[in-house]
Amino acid sequence: MKRLRSLTTNTLPPLLFFALVVCAWQGAVSLFGIEPFLLPGPLLVAQAIADNLPRLLSATLLTALGAILGFVLSFAFGFLVALLFSQSRLIERSLYPYAIFLQTMPIVAIAPLIILWIGYGLQGVVAVSFIIALFPVIANTTDGLTRVDPHILDFFALNKANRWQVLFKLRVPGAVPQMLVGARISSGLSVIGAIVGEFFAGYGTEDFGLGYLIILTNGQAKTDYLFACILFCTLLGLGLFTTVGSLSNFLLRRWTGAPE
Amino acid sequence: MESQLVVAAGLNKYFPSGVQALRDLSLEISRGQFVSIVGPSGCGKSTFLRLVAGLDEPTSGQLRVEGHDPLGLAFVFQDATLLPWRSVAHNITLPLELRREDASERVAQTLELVGLTDFAAAYPAQLSGGMRMRVSIARALVTRPQILLLDEPFGALDEITRQRLNEELLRLWQEDHWTGLFVTHNVSEAVFLSQRVLVMSARPGRILADIPIPFPYPRSPYLRSAPEFIRIANGISRQLAHADEL
Repeated sequence: MKRLRSLTTNTLPPLLFFALVVCAWQGAVSLFGIEPFLLPGPLLVAQAIADNLPRLLSATLLTALGAILGFVLSFAFGFLVALLFSQSRLIERSLYPYAIFLQTMPIVAIAPLIILWIGYGLQGVVAVSFIIALFPVIANTTDGLTRVDPHILDFFALNKANRWQVLFKLRVPGAVPQMLVGARISSGLSVIGAIVGEFFAGYGTEDFGLGYLIILTNGQAKTDYLFACILFCTLLGLGLFTTVGSLSNFLLRRWTGAPE
Repeated sequence: MESQLVVAAGLNKYFPSGVQALRDLSLEISRGQFVSIVGPSGCGKSTFLRLVAGLDEPTSGQLRVEGHDPLGLAFVFQDATLLPWRSVAHNITLPLELRREDASERVAQTLELVGLTDFAAAYPAQLSGGMRMRVSIARALVTRPQILLLDEPFGALDEITRQRLNEELLRLWQEDHWTGLFVTHNVSEAVFLSQRVLVMSARPGRILADIPIPFPYPRSPYLRSAPEFIRIANGISRQLAHADEL
């Protein structure tokens, strides 16, 4: 009953809005006779999806692989960096500005350089995805590890806890909510990173991801196919973001023992 | 002869900012006593407790705390400071875990002692403020301390819960007779709990008065409305008002 109500209040309105926009879009395209290479109608896009479904799916899978690998690597590496930062103020102060550098540097500008160093193909795509997804993990995890209630630190000191006990019984478990915030942000970014990586790193003529397919269809003025690519990119990002999101909600509930 | 568990003589404490928190503070607390310190907020009561706990060093003066080592001391903070990702039982185990002491039997005993056995598996987020504070006290008592330091532990609770926990705390003290050093700014609470109430001056803090509370234990909740109780509490309140002006 509750689930049904949440369906009608939360899920139904955006779906209705979506249907409305699609109808308006098709209506406008037909009414004003807009050239399909400028703006194809939703019917044409649907046709392009149907015609190229195997290609679209294999491209999405390959991009997903790049994004997931980039995300997992950024999470693991970012966690280790944050652990290091939490152990020494000096290290944190010396290195944090360069972590911010990662964030402010436009990824599109340095992607070609990364590809040049790392090489074409999957490894290049993963590298770009990794770099763009890294900062939120470092920033949020460091914040979580270092922001601890001073009274709890006193409590640990009174019980003669050593450095490792403070780290693994207090700081790391205490940072879980912040780590999950970081993971959520970087999961979305990792998809962007993978697509940007594919713009430059591409693959061979046989296997390629959505980023490469976007460049290809744009070059051939197949705008309906390009729209299909964009749709699949969005779905991929949404899929990864919601997967990580619900996983983190699940972990958070477990973390504080809230009833399921 | 009573043995003195805490002896402070001429304690001075300056913060790095240059503010003087304590001035020439001297006091003695005997083994097994329950002593409260009342004073205006910011008078250095908590600072003194931190010195006794060894969490901070006095700038000058003597402070001797027996039972401070090895680990015979426990601290109850203003907030329950429980770890939200640990169940009640696991929060209570924590100090033993950190000291690498065997826990299993003592945790069950302590849960029983504070009446939390049914809540062993609950998480802090599922408990009321009063219950969380009971867990916090259990977490302190599980180490069987010789001296228990309490820093305004019931300050955030409503009056009814505070009174119930006062009675609970006294029952626990009568069972084990640890030495209790209780900081509060609630005069009634201090009189109800203690054998002695120390009144501290505004910052820089020093002891203005040392008032014996003559009522025998066990103390009934009705003591709070006894004329003698009210007279003593009013006397301390007047001292406190005076302390603020100094």
